[in-house]
Formats: sequence, structure tokens, C-alpha cells
Amino acid sequence: MSVTTTAPAGASSSRRRRRRPGSRIAYLYILPFFVVFAAFSVYPWIQTAWLSLHKVELSTFKRKPMEWVGFQNYVDLFHDHFFWNAFWNTISLALISTIPQLLMALGIAHLLNYKLRGRTFFRISMLLPYATSLAAATIIFTELFDPHVGFIDWVLRSVHLHAIDWQNSKWPAQIAISSIVTWRWTGYNALIYLAGLQAVDQQLYEAAAIDGAGRWKQFRYITLPSLRPTIIFTIVISTIGALQLFGEPKLYQPLAQPSGGSDNQYQTLSLLMYQQGFSYGHLGQASAIAWTMFVFIVLAVAVNLFLSRNRDAKGVR
Amino acid sequence: MRLSSTGRRAASAVAVVAASALFLAGCGSSSDNDNNSDTSAAGPCGTTDDITLTVGLFGTFGFKEAGLWDAYHKLCPNVTIKEDDTEASGDYWTALQTKLAAESGLDDVQGIEIGFVADVVQNHADQFVNWNEVPNAAADKAEFYDWKWQLASTEDGSDTVGLGTDIGPEAICYRPDLLKQAGLPSDRDTVASKMSTWEDFIDFGKQYMASPTKPKGSYFIDSASSVFSTAVYQGDEAYDNADGQPDVENSDGVKSAWQYATDASAAGISAGLAQWGDAWNKAFASGTFATIACPSWMIGYIQGQAGDSGKGKWDVAPVLPGGATNWGGSWLGVPTSAEHKDAAIALVEWLSAKDQQVEMFANPAAGGHFPSNQEAAADPKVANATNPYFNNAPTGKIFGDIAAQMKVPPIGTYDTPIQTAFGDALTNVETKGTSPDDAWQQALDKIKQVTG
Repeated sequence: MSVTTTAPAGASSSRRRRRRPGSRIAYLYILPFFVVFAAFSVYPWIQTAWLSLHKVELSTFKRKPMEWVGFQNYVDLFHDHFFWNAFWNTISLALISTIPQLLMALGIAHLLNYKLRGRTFFRISMLLPYATSLAAATIIFTELFDPHVGFIDWVLRSVHLHAIDWQNSKWPAQIAISSIVTWRWTGYNALIYLAGLQAVDQQLYEAAAIDGAGRWKQFRYITLPSLRPTIIFTIVISTIGALQLFGEPKLYQPLAQPSGGSDNQYQTLSLLMYQQGFSYGHLGQASAIAWTMFVFIVLAVAVNLFLSRNRDAKGVR
Repeated sequence: MRLSSTGRRAASAVAVVAASALFLAGCGSSSDNDNNSDTSAAGPCGTTDDITLTVGLFGTFGFKEAGLWDAYHKLCPNVTIKEDDTEASGDYWTALQTKLAAESGLDDVQGIEIGFVADVVQNHADQFVNWNEVPNAAADKAEFYDWKWQLASTEDGSDTVGLGTDIGPEAICYRPDLLKQAGLPSDRDTVASKMSTWEDFIDFGKQYMASPTKPKGSYFIDSASSVFSTAVYQGDEAYDNADGQPDVENSDGVKSAWQYATDASAAGISAGLAQWGDAWNKAFASGTFATIACPSWMIGYIQGQAGDSGKGKWDVAPVLPGGATNWGGSWLGVPTSAEHKDAAIALVEWLSAKDQQVEMFANPAAGGHFPSNQEAAADPKVANATNPYFNNAPTGKIFGDIAAQMKVPPIGTYDTPIQTAFGDALTNVETKGTSPDDAWQQALDKIKQVTG
């Protein structure tokens, strides 16, 4: 929230300076971003929207005229059980990967903020999973979770527990995938929280400690409130990331197919989009999924912001 | 079928070893090239300039491994060949489709697999050189298996998008040591006599599973879907009707294949491993299954996966339950917009000519690519070939006999995703206990999603 307090001052001063000679040069400086943004975001958005209103196939794309179908692709989509399956998979994967991830990141950040021996070592190792390539990490996890030759089921069997089919059973597969996401992103979020915590006055903790507050109470009454803007930021970013989940579930399939398993048990919306567009060649249908996802993500972020703003307002009062 | 390319992947591992020995063999084919010289003003290489030809391929085609690139460079020192490889044929096809739509970024030569050749013929024939109009190739038409030429041609036969490389006649590869342990016959002719139909095959599998001495944790076959994807091509129709339109509900091939696959699963003879997955790959060495449907290129794949220690453990039975059929195989096409079109045409003609096709099968480094050129298949170097890795099985004769009897049903543009839909449904039967009837509905449902 520190951003919003400084912004008005900056904005008003720039308004005053607007007439000064040379200020137009500023537009030149921001131009490259907007050129790239127009070429790689705005144009694809418009093109995708246009395609989503047509019956158009990859193999005849630009070779046969597209057939205008209005909103039929969207109508078909909302009547398609494959779409709703992917929709709920996306939501459940988002929940089971984001919530534990952010909670653990908070706890880790809180602990790393204390003066520990080898603190730098721990902080750097937190970031290592994030620096690992997604493909490498997913392949290793897929091997670990393999129902036939995987390490995890080997351990389960050797302690006489039931082996679990991490590939073909729905919830085990989703848990396995969310563990990859959690493993990769927990450290990243912890570092963001840690950065937020560095800005908190250490005297607050010292004062609280003198007053007899333990680490849990310090966490509850100092860390959490001071991190609120950072937490909102990570929730928004994680929500966007989770709703677009693609690489992990694609590579988790034994042949890296976008099916999300033989029963589509972990097919997300982005996988369905890819499958429709590139495995089946239905570009119009795939574009309709893309736009639907875009709307979902905007809605999800809006709800997030609305909830957190409300909570802020109550907090101030 | 889509997987034939994936199958090539591992062949390269075996291949490198013997590659050096092949220079000589490759050079022997120069006489063949002399034939080309009279058509092209620019000489046998299609050009006299120093050029680099790009060749877009997927999986492991085996040309490089068999030393053919080096041999060609000796023949045409001004031509350097650069392979542009994609591992999975599905990814390759997606990229090729976008390049064809954009009409840019195409290589001088593009590999075309049986999984998508129907789409290329139907939607992109005008973007590839028509081999009927290339004098040398058109003259050699009779050398290729009829069906092979036909699959790459429009219905009236006037436009042909690619020249054949390999085909995939199928036999049964098996582990004699495992059968012996189970107290069953293990020599290839007796094994073959026990599997002339799928019913016999499944019965033989039940005997294996019932044996008290068979290795623990071992099954008779790898998966129900491998039974399906083999048997489906034994019908008069597979996934498509005679017009090439998807029609699985009225297909005799689909109907009987589904029956055999679900019977095999119900009989408990299948290890239920996903083909091409990790556990499946490892099973070639560990012996999780005793038999597998085996197109000729699978020979190379098995060697790659089972490694040196697997030598002598595998054998090939001269039989395919239910009748001879094909799995996989490819063509090479030249885009009309290719930068070095004439040189590319010369290269593809050379690669699909008899001598080079002989080399691609006879040379152990190439990975068992059976010729689509009948004269190459009849050549003693192919017909009398034995494979030391597979107990000196007469692989040339086994696959040659099957290739000669093979019938190939019509193919269509959605065969690959339709096959995946059936494979997924069978996986559900094997791993989730889905009933065959429910799984059948799931498959039809997915096929509806595929065909739109």
C-alpha cells in the first residue's frame, strides 16, 4: 500500500511539468514497451477474439476462408463436459497448490527473518527450486511418483502400505502435480515475504518480545499485518499463475500429451486449449477457451482485490 | 501408428557404434545416382552451387546413423545436409502445420508420417512437389508397394506428396527365456504356431500367466492398447470409411480390435503399461512382459531400451495374430517453396532409391527400417538378413513375408487422436476398472470432441 501513498504526489508533480519542453521525450522512453505490448498482447487478443467467432481449423488456416459462427464456439464450450471437467480441475489444482504454498512461504519467511546462523545459505537455498527448469523438475517428480518404478510407491510398499496410482487416480495425480508447483514456488514467495519483512521495524519485534510475545504471537500480530500488501500481491500473482497452469500437468503425462491423463483427470483449461488448438486443430474452439480463461482470470483477480480492499478498509476503521 | 516415430527415438543409441563402417556401403550406390543425371541440367545433385540442405525430421529416421548423410556428401561434395530434428512426431506435425499456414520457415525436405499423411494429401498437396511430375520418381513408381504410393497420393492418384522411406510390417517380438521359465515352448516357429489368431494368442497368454514357474511380476503382453492398435488395422476398415471419413462405429477393424483388447485385459495377461512411458521403456530390460507387437522398426527401439545386456534375450516370431498388417512408416516430401528445390528432389530420390533403402534395413545402426521399395525388400541383403541381437532371427524373411501379404485399410486425417482416445479408454479399463462398455462410451465421446 506504500505504492498508493506515494503515487498521487508523483502524479501531480508530473502534471505540473507536462508543459515543459522535452517532456515528450518521456513518451519515447515508454514507447518500446507499448510497441512490444501491442505486437505480442493486443494483436493476439484481437486476433484470438476474431478467431473465436469462426469455425477454423489449423490445417486449413489461411488456406480456406473461415466460416463465421458467431458465438457458437462459446455456446458449445459451456455445454461441453470436457470444458467443465477442465474448469474444476483448474480450480482444484489452484487451491491445493496455492494455499499450502503461500502459508508455508509465510512461515519460512518469518523464521528466516530472525538472526540465524547460516541465514544467507538458507535464503539462497530457498530460491534454488525456483531457479530449476520447470521441465527438469517435473521430469524428476514424475519419476518419483511413477506408479510402477517410482521411489514414493517403493517407500509406501516397503512399509507395507498400499501403493498409490499417482498417475491414473484423480486426486493423487492432482496432489502430485500441486507438489511440483508448491516445491518450485514456495521459496520464491518466501523471498518476497522476506523482502517485505525487512521493511518492518525490528524494534517492533524486540518490544513485543519484551512484552512476552512468543514467535507465534509475533507472527500473528506483527508479521501478518505488516505484510498485508505483499500478501495480496502474492495471492494475485499466484492466482493468475495457477489458473494458467500448463507445463507441470502437460509434462506429468507420460508422453507429455495435453490430455491430462487417460480420463482427463488433471487436464487444466490451458491444456484443453492446447489440445483443441494443436492436437485436434480446432483453432476457433481453442480461441474461445482462451478468451473464457482471460475473463475468468480478470474476474478472479477482481474478486481478490475487492475482498482485500474491504478487509483493509475495515482494518483502518 | 503415430508412435512409429517415437519408436525411432532410441534406435540412435545403438546406431552410433557401427556408423563408421557404413561409409563404404553408402558409396556403393553411386551407380544409382547416374540415372538421375540425365534429367537435371544441374547434374545429379540438382545444383552445382555450394549449398546447405535442411531436412526436417522427427524421432530418429536413421539416415545419419546409417551414414547416409556422409555418403551423400561424398557423392555431392557441394551439398551439406543439416537435420532439423523434433523428438515427437506430434510436435513436429503441429509445427509443420503452422509453417504451412504461414508458408514460411519450411525446410528443403520435410518428413511426413503415416499419422498425418492423409492431412497433407487432403489439405496441402499443392504445397509439396508432385512426384508424378518428377520424371525419375514417376518412373520408379512401380518399385514401391502400391498402397505405400497410394497413401501419399490424392484419390485420383494425380498428385503424390512424398516418396516412401520405410514401412512397418508387424510380427511378434518375445522373450524366449521367460517362456522357457514358464515351461512353454520358446523356439520361434512353435511360438508362431501358437498365435495365429488373437484368440490363440490370448489363450497362450493365459497359459503363461497360469504357470507357477514364470517370473514373478511378469505379464504376457505390455498393454491392451497395443493389441488394439495392431488389430484395428487388420479390418477392411480401421478408423475411417472408404471415403477417408472418420467412422469408428461401423468399422469392422475397430469392433474386433476392441473385443480382443478388452478380452486380453479381462484375461489378466496385460502389464497395463502405457506405451512409450518410462515404466514401459524399462520393461524391455527387466522382463515385465514376455511378448510385444513388433513392427520392424521396433527392433531398433528394443535394442536401444534393453541395451547390450539384452542381447540374445529377445527373439522374433514369424507371425502376427489375426493377419499381416502395417504399423507406421514415413515419406519424404519437398515443399514447392523450398529454397533449394532441385537439390532437395535429388536427395529424396537418392534416399528412397533401392540401394539406400537396403542400407537402412541391412545396416544394424539404422534401426530396422524395412524398405517401402519392393526391389529393396527383395534384395538378398534384406531378404537374407538375420539379426544377432535377436538370436539371429531371420528378420529379413520374417518382415518381408508379412510385408508381401499386408493389407492396409483407408486412413484419415484424425487417426492419431482417435487412436489416442481408444488407448486412453483402454487405460481406464486397465487401471481404473472402468467396464468395457463405459470405456467404449468414453472413447466415442472423446472422438466426438476430436472430430468436432
